[in-house]
Amino acid sequence: MTIGFADGIVLGLLALASLFALIRLWMGPTSADRIVAADTLSVIATGGIIVLALIFDSVLYLDVALLYGVLAFVGIVALARAIEGDRA
Amino acid sequence: MNLLADVILIIGALFVFLGALGLLRMPDVYNRIQAGTKAVTLGSLCLLLGVGLNQPAWWPKLLIVGLFILLTNPIGSSTLARAFHKTGVPVWREKRSET
Repeated sequence: MTIGFADGIVLGLLALASLFALIRLWMGPTSADRIVAADTLSVIATGGIIVLALIFDSVLYLDVALLYGVLAFVGIVALARAIEGDRA
Repeated sequence: MNLLADVILIIGALFVFLGALGLLRMPDVYNRIQAGTKAVTLGSLCLLLGVGLNQPAWWPKLLIVGLFILLTNPIGSSTLARAFHKTGVPVWREKRSET
């Protein structure tokens, strides 16, 4: 496990991106903004897990990223169905 | 090859960062959903490409994760946008001062 210069830049940018998404999740005016922020945050977390697989040099983290993506997608579709109503 | 992988990784992280910045700066739910979907999807695919150039033995799993992101992220966002539109979330219009 070595964190090089480029890995540091990538991790810093991903941390700033998730901080921005968390700010939108916290102060979003409506619940729709919060759902969009949660969707974006899940994709940012998937990318972060992929970069962690490179840094820790372990292929197991890619399975973790795939499973996280599946669960986030199911959650987002369930939220969309819930705010759309019971028909459709 | 290692330098190219690092450059692609930094470009991907930059796209993810700009997508999140657009999520913070845009004035409307629909603008936010397009900034937060397209830029972040492209950034995630660039991150996958950079990791694959750095570790060439990981290509099959990276391809599966990339296809999954490319397939589900637009579907989820368009489902969300359709749900917002059906429940009557208003579309933002620019306020003109002279009218």
